[in-house]
Amino acid sequence: MTSLTLENIGISFGGLRALDGVSFTANSGEVTSIIGPNGAGKTTLFNIITGIYQPDIGKVLIDGTDVTGEAPHDLARRGMARTFQNLQIFEQMSALDNVMAGRHLHERRNVLADMFGLPSSRKCNRESAIAAQAALKRVGLGGVANRPAGDLSYGQLKRLEIARALTTEASLILFDEPAAGCNAVESREIDDLISSIASDGAAVILIEHDMRMVMRISSHIIVLDHGRKIAEGTPETVRKSPQVVEAYLGVHGAKEAGAALA
Amino acid sequence: MSPVLRAFLIISALLLLAPLLFPSVYYYRIGVLVLINTLSVTGMVVLLGYVGLVSLGHAGFFAIGAYATAVLPAYGIPPILTILVGAIGAALVAAFIGKPILRLKGHYLAIATLGFGMLVWMVLSKEAWLTGGPDGMVVESIDVKAPFELLGIKIKTAIAWYWICAVAVVIGIVLATNLANSPAGRAMRAVHESDVAAASLGIDVARTKLTAFIISAVYASVAGSLLALFNRYVTPDTADFLHSIEIMTMTVLGGASSVYGALIGALILTSLPQMLTVFAEYENMMFGAIMILTMVLMRQGLAPAIAQLFSRGRK
Ligand SMILES: Nc1ncnc2c1ncn2[C@@H]1O[C@H](COP(=O)(O)OP(=O)(O)O)[C@@H](O)[C@H]1O
Ligand SMILES: [Mg+2]
Repeated sequence: MTSLTLENIGISFGGLRALDGVSFTANSGEVTSIIGPNGAGKTTLFNIITGIYQPDIGKVLIDGTDVTGEAPHDLARRGMARTFQNLQIFEQMSALDNVMAGRHLHERRNVLADMFGLPSSRKCNRESAIAAQAALKRVGLGGVANRPAGDLSYGQLKRLEIARALTTEASLILFDEPAAGCNAVESREIDDLISSIASDGAAVILIEHDMRMVMRISSHIIVLDHGRKIAEGTPETVRKSPQVVEAYLGVHGAKEAGAALA
Repeated sequence: MSPVLRAFLIISALLLLAPLLFPSVYYYRIGVLVLINTLSVTGMVVLLGYVGLVSLGHAGFFAIGAYATAVLPAYGIPPILTILVGAIGAALVAAFIGKPILRLKGHYLAIATLGFGMLVWMVLSKEAWLTGGPDGMVVESIDVKAPFELLGIKIKTAIAWYWICAVAVVIGIVLATNLANSPAGRAMRAVHESDVAAASLGIDVARTKLTAFIISAVYASVAGSLLALFNRYVTPDTADFLHSIEIMTMTVLGGASSVYGALIGALILTSLPQMLTVFAEYENMMFGAIMILTMVLMRQGLAPAIAQLFSRGRK
């Protein structure tokens, strides 16, 4: 049982209040989605949760323990993993090596054993390869394991990041627009994958623009706009919330106006 | 074939066959210098190629090894053992200075390492009571022919040195190749490509960089000890800035991403000045020009370019 709680998170960049008084809880076994227009502060929120940014105010709690301001690798040690909106792939490494890097915390770490190629190090490597291979298969990349990651398509790289996060066996996984730029079939597959990760017991936090996907797989939705939480609840309640309709209608309205003028 | 076995076989074969091209004993001496530089450069491949850090002060670690071997026998430590003591010393110094400076990025790190190299050079030049000062000092010689004579082989000193250094290089390259394909090496390569992603997987970026820095310092130190024993003389020039640049240029020319590059870079830039006197006269200028040309024409260095040529030929 893992839960992540944010209490009153706030951060500014220069004069810009990127997040202001954001609170919510995400529980294991559930998909908690964060939605909102571009620039709403969703990725910034991920960067605060994963320790890349320090919030100006507020707290991040994992199972009630205050972990605010801990370093990213320490948070990973606490069972956190993520994917990145702007891909962070190890491009010169093979797809398999990318995912094997995700086994870091499960490996016996002894650099001398590694240099001398001791049996303990080889065994560790084999186990990581098996786990990574399984994760690649799960995301449908079993066939490209030995290709350099730099050769893969955008959709494949998105899934490679998911496999890498999966193979950490984290209990809290954050996905930042995992289906962005993917076609309908790929989106659907990612969709199912994320549901299955949550039903395996992880707490999943998802940022996603595809509303159909969000509505279908989320247990809980948080709506951000200009750094503030404007609504929260089940897909049903969020869909009907007047603030959400307004924020989204605002965006769509503007878009339509733009299209009409062009 | 595993990359480690392949590296072992290729490098061993090259080093075994190379003497067929040596017209005289003098060439064994050049061979020894090439091998000692290969060892330094292999360490730099770990630092620059694996984890992606630049050091312009590695001659400092080289000098720590060289002077450990020069100074310590007077204090009762057998010359062979000084290699180990120097390596441990270099590792400790690397750990100590690495902690604060590896947090720096790009050219700040380069300048900090440069400062370290200068500091070592200064200490070696000033503390004459211990180091002989700018004139350097004589190193107690060891009998490198002994192990060969034990096997009933009669051998010249320079040739014995060649084989000893060849064994050291093969070991050094096998260790570095093992590392590349191991959990620790994978963490280093991950840090190289995206420290944000690496950290998100639980990899301690600072620690991983420090580990690579220490390993590369140990390689340089062992190379320094070997040179001291081989030359039977050391001077503060071992720590000279230009020596650091030399190590870096060899690494970049050969290609920092593979251990083969270490041998190629060291081979070319060690033997050229020995064979072409013109090159020797303008050595520093040549190193600069080679560095620029490599960066402009083949960022990855020679080794990958050669590998590409071979794989194209196969197709
Ligand atoms: N490191 C940063 N420095 C300055 N501004 C930033 C930084 N990170 C995010 N921002 C700003 O914060 C706001 C929220 O950005 P972001 O979290 O990326 O939005 P979203 O992911 O919801 O599209 C944007 O206006 C963005 O320009
Ligand atoms: Mg974003």
